[in-house]
Amino acid sequence: MKKSFYLFNPGRLSRKDNTLKFVPVDENVNEGQARYLPIEQVANLYVFGSLDANSALYNFLGKNGIGVHFFDYYEHYTGSFYPKEYLQAGQLHVQQSLHYSDPMKRITLAQEFINVGAFNMLKNLKYYQNRNKNTAEEILIIEELIKQINHTTKVDELMGIEGNIRQVYYSAFNKIIPTFPFNGRERQPPTDPINALISFCNMICYTACLDMLYHTQLDPTISFLHEPGVRRYSLALDVAEIFKPILVDRLIFSLVNKKHIQVKHFRNEVNACLLKESGRKIVMKAWDDKLTDTIKHRKLGRHVSYKHLIKLECYKLSKHLMSIEQYQGFKTWW
Amino acid sequence: MTITPTIVSYLHLCHRKLWLHAHHLRMESTSELVAEGKLIGETTYPQRALKWQELDLGIAKIDFFDPKSNTIHEIKKSNKKSFAHNAQVKYYLYLLHKIGIAEPTAIIEYPKLRITKTVDWDTEEDQDLVESWINQADTIIKGTCPDRLQISKCKKCSYFDFCWSGE
Ligand code: SF4
Repeated sequence: MKKSFYLFNPGRLSRKDNTLKFVPVDENVNEGQARYLPIEQVANLYVFGSLDANSALYNFLGKNGIGVHFFDYYEHYTGSFYPKEYLQAGQLHVQQSLHYSDPMKRITLAQEFINVGAFNMLKNLKYYQNRNKNTAEEILIIEELIKQINHTTKVDELMGIEGNIRQVYYSAFNKIIPTFPFNGRERQPPTDPINALISFCNMICYTACLDMLYHTQLDPTISFLHEPGVRRYSLALDVAEIFKPILVDRLIFSLVNKKHIQVKHFRNEVNACLLKESGRKIVMKAWDDKLTDTIKHRKLGRHVSYKHLIKLECYKLSKHLMSIEQYQGFKTWW
Repeated sequence: MTITPTIVSYLHLCHRKLWLHAHHLRMESTSELVAEGKLIGETTYPQRALKWQELDLGIAKIDFFDPKSNTIHEIKKSNKKSFAHNAQVKYYLYLLHKIGIAEPTAIIEYPKLRITKTVDWDTEEDQDLVESWINQADTIIKGTCPDRLQISKCKKCSYFDFCWSGE
C-alpha cells in the first residue's frame, strides 16, 4: 500500500531510476547516509525541512501522481506541488462551476458542510459528556445555533454561524483536555500549545483532503463554502470541514489526554508557540495511524480506512454535482 | 454523442455504468483487474505482429486485424460477461462493414480458459440489432443517471465505491 512520507530533515531529493533518493544534509553541509524509496510505495510527500530538488524530480513525481506539501519553519503550510490532473471530466467541471455560481445551489452545499461539521463536533462533545466532562451547556448552545443554519441565504451569514459554533465548541476544550490552558482560537501565530496543535493538524487534514481530491475528478479550486481563492485549493477546505472534528480534534484529545504530547514538545518563539520536531513526529505518526485506521462502512459493507472515507466523500460530492444523488455529508455514528 | 464499442458493451452490463462513462466520470485505472486485463493483451501474442495489424476506426482501435481474411481478434480475460463481449465485437463488425470491409469475422479468445469463439456478421439481421443498440445507448445517455443494479452484481465493478458510497 502507498504511504505518506515525511521529510523532517534538510537534504536533497532526486530521482534514481525508479526510486526516490534522499540525502540528508546537516548544518555544515555534510551529507549523510542516502535513503531510497521505491516510487510505487509513495502516496505523497510532506516537506518540513529545507529541500533541494530539481525539475527532473518533479517531472518524475508528476508522472506518478505524487503530490508534495511544503511547510515553513513556523510550520505554516506554504503550498503544494499538485500533479497535473489525470482524470479529466468536462461535464463535472461545468457542473461544479454552475453549482458555485448559482447562489441557491451553492448555499445548499455550503449548509451541508456546516451542518455535518457541527454534527460531528456535537458528537465529540457528547462523547465527553458521557465521560463525566461537563459539556452540557456547550451542547445546548450549539444545538440552538445549528437550527439557524438552514435559514441562511448567504454564505457570509453561514460563515458567521459557523464561527459562533466553533467558538462555543473550542470553549469546551478546557474541560476535555484540562492539562493545557486554552483561551480560544488564535491562528496567526498560535500562542499556546493547543492552538499550535489545532493549527498544525488542521493543515495536515487539509492536505489529506487535497490528496484525495486528486484521485477524483473534482476541481480542487472551485469550492462552495469557502470562497475560491481563500486558498488555492479551497475545495479541500470545504471537505476538511466534515473531517476536522472526526480526525483532528479526536486526535488532539487523545494525544493530550494520553500524555503522548506534553509541554516539552513545544517551543516558544517570540509571540508564537510551535511544535518541536519531536512533537511533530509524534503527531504525524498518530495522524498516519488514524488515516489508515478502518471503520465498517454501512453501505459498502466492508471496512474502509479514514483516508478512503475522504475519497468516498469526494465521490458523493461528484454525484451531487451531476444530479445523481443529493449530497449528504459523513456523520459519525459512534 | 459518439457511441463507442465500450459503450455498446456497457449497454449489456449496466446502464448506469454506461451513463457514467459517457458523462466522463471515470475511475482510476489503478485497479488490479484493469492491470491484469492490459497485461494479457500486451503479453499473450507478442509474435503476431506479422499477420495482425492495428486498425484505427476513429472511435475505437482494433489491436489485431487480419486484412487478408478480414478477421479481428479480441482477447478477453474471462468469459463471465461474454454477452457483452459479443455485443462489443458485433459493433466492431458493424463498423468494419460500414467502411466497406466485406464479410468481417471476429474471434474472441479467452487465453486463460483456452477457449475461442467465432462471431460472424450477418448483414441484415445484425445491422438492425446493432442500430437498435446505438439508439438505446443514445437514449440512456440523454436521460438522467440510471438506477444502480443489485449490489451483488456490482461487487467487481470499478464504480462500486462511487455508486455505493452514501450518507
Ligand atoms: S457499481 Fe453497479 S450500478 Fe454502479 S456502475 Fe457498476 S454495475 Fe452499475
